[in-house]
Amino acid sequence: MSSDLVVHGAEWTVKELFVYPNEFIYWSIQIVMYPYMTGLVAGAFVLSSLYHVFGQKDLKEIAQFSLVFSLALLPVAALPLLLHLQQPMRAMEPLLTPHFTSAIAAFGIVFSTYGLIVLSEIWFVYRGYFVAQVHALRDQPGLGNRIRRLVYRGLTLGAYDVSEDAIAVDHKAAKILAGVGIPVACFLHGYAGFIFGSVKANALWMSPLMPVIFIMSAVVSGIALCMLTYIVIMEWQAFRNRRRGGGTQASEIRGAEADVIAKSTRYLLGFLVAAISLEILDLIFRGYTAMKSWDILRSVMFKTDFIKIFVLQYTLGNLVPFILLILPGRTIKRTVVALLLVLFGVFMMRWNVVIGGQAFSLSFDGFMHYHIPIVPHSVETFKEGLFGALTVISMPFILFWIINKFVPSLDRDIETG
Amino acid sequence: MSCSRRDFLKNTVAGAAAAAMPACSVILRTPDEAKAMTEGSKVRWAFLVDTEKCVGCGLCVDACKTENEIPYEAPVSRTWVERYVVTRDGKTRVDSPNAGRDGFITGEIRGEEIDPEDIDKAFFVPKLCNQCDNPPCVQVCPVGATYQTEDGVVLVDREWCIGCGYCVMACPYGVRFFHPVHKTAEKCNFCYHRITDGKEAACVQACPFEARRMGNLRDPEDPVTKVITNERVQVLKDEYGTKPHVFYLGLDEKVR
Ligand code: SF4
Ligand code: SF4
Repeated sequence: MSSDLVVHGAEWTVKELFVYPNEFIYWSIQIVMYPYMTGLVAGAFVLSSLYHVFGQKDLKEIAQFSLVFSLALLPVAALPLLLHLQQPMRAMEPLLTPHFTSAIAAFGIVFSTYGLIVLSEIWFVYRGYFVAQVHALRDQPGLGNRIRRLVYRGLTLGAYDVSEDAIAVDHKAAKILAGVGIPVACFLHGYAGFIFGSVKANALWMSPLMPVIFIMSAVVSGIALCMLTYIVIMEWQAFRNRRRGGGTQASEIRGAEADVIAKSTRYLLGFLVAAISLEILDLIFRGYTAMKSWDILRSVMFKTDFIKIFVLQYTLGNLVPFILLILPGRTIKRTVVALLLVLFGVFMMRWNVVIGGQAFSLSFDGFMHYHIPIVPHSVETFKEGLFGALTVISMPFILFWIINKFVPSLDRDIETG
Repeated sequence: MSCSRRDFLKNTVAGAAAAAMPACSVILRTPDEAKAMTEGSKVRWAFLVDTEKCVGCGLCVDACKTENEIPYEAPVSRTWVERYVVTRDGKTRVDSPNAGRDGFITGEIRGEEIDPEDIDKAFFVPKLCNQCDNPPCVQVCPVGATYQTEDGVVLVDREWCIGCGYCVMACPYGVRFFHPVHKTAEKCNFCYHRITDGKEAACVQACPFEARRMGNLRDPEDPVTKVITNERVQVLKDEYGTKPHVFYLGLDEKVR
């Protein structure tokens, strides 16, 4: 095939039995990544709001971290969408000429609203800190410190009032934003579910439960990722302290960590149960009503995709971590394993929805198999292949590293809202 | 209706359209509005496929590929022909190799040779975009690059399509794909450039057996309209509520 003759999707689609000629797996790995990353954003934010809004004091530490982490995740939620477009240069068009009957049209609007909420909440939470930094760095020598001070001055936006009253206002504003943020975060993600759930042509996607299922699993994955990152960073800090000889401090970190983890786990389990129940309900309903599409859906679920759905997603990704988390005597190591499995399970759920939804032909008479491009040999096989996905996954950590330099979300000594 | 949203934008950029804004910026058409518009039109294109007449020669597919510049070797096509073979054991086999472009010249179907003795019935079904009256592809396009004309044909604006593929997913008939060269959503448009110029669509013209015809539903004297209104015609997958406008004569219940 010459280079100008790339039929989108033909590269990674293998057809079986009767499939319409123009059918291919058009929505590939990046569309799996899109709801996955959005879910992580939404979940991280919900976790942080549990503290800010509902006053779950025990979650304070992880809440601060998740708030900043959700900011790092945010730009990455839009990245997969950009990477999957056939005309990426036109990515701004949905904002310029939104066609509002389309579920995708409002993405930019919902997304930026949410982004603004997260940014302003962080600002209110950290404003006091920014001001303190500006003062602390005043007489410090060196170009680096001067630049840092300049950045902090910019971050204060000129609001230097740190009187008790002003800080109280900050707290209140942060709380309100966190409150408003929860429905917006849920909307952002439920909306991703709606993009799929409303496609009437697709027998697997079309379900009013889709947005709710997406929200639940989003929160699950967001909490899991925040907990995991939190554990890794805390362990690292404890390890560093131990090497420096601060044995007591290290165990202090450990203790605080165990506490936070125990509390977060409870929320994680709650949302996990909700997510699974809804998914099972959806499945039972489809089987019971046995519409025209049930035959082909059944053969996808119980034959071609059985391992992916029932073994990898439900068993390994849901059941096993569930047991690992509720069995008594939980250790940090076991928690880490469970969290990794939960994240994997949610990823498989996204995969099984997005790819699984295209695993059968609209003719209900054939199947399509997706072979993800591993070694890229063109822009397309990079973007919509393993490496494209890995790029997306690694971005939030890089961003977090940068953001955290200015907005230290993990420093337990900092007084913030 | 003289100011499209695109023009509007250009104007804004040029800084000249401040006054035109209220008038133009509100032209966001929902499928219902589009429908209301089409109902006022004097033309509503419709397609008539007589499956009894189709012999599966594939000349239509060939002609379409040439006329509409779909790369000949690419495994995608704006129109295609399906072959159905129903055997005595009750099984139905369907295929459409190369979209039917080269005709069906062997008895082999999906690598399987079928004894003619075992065949209960066999037939061909040409497929194309149904120019739905309630087109989900138009509904889901986030930028309005896919739109319905007043005479009922659904078009894609290659200059404006962002290539998100939502319309491809939304069409229940699998008629959409990405153009291998232009990288934008592509599909049959009833040869809009020809029919609005008084010519026949390429596939209609190429079919030696009049299995493919086209007419104007608003004109009661149109021979195709007469067939559609007076005879027993069928459409594909009407359960999706898309109101397809490709009508079939002699459609079998096995056709999907
Ligand atoms: S057949 Fe498909 S592409 Fe054509 S108008 Fe209907 S939904 Fe749109
Ligand atoms: S692929 Fe193009 S025409 Fe189709 S929905 Fe996306 S922007 Fe619209």
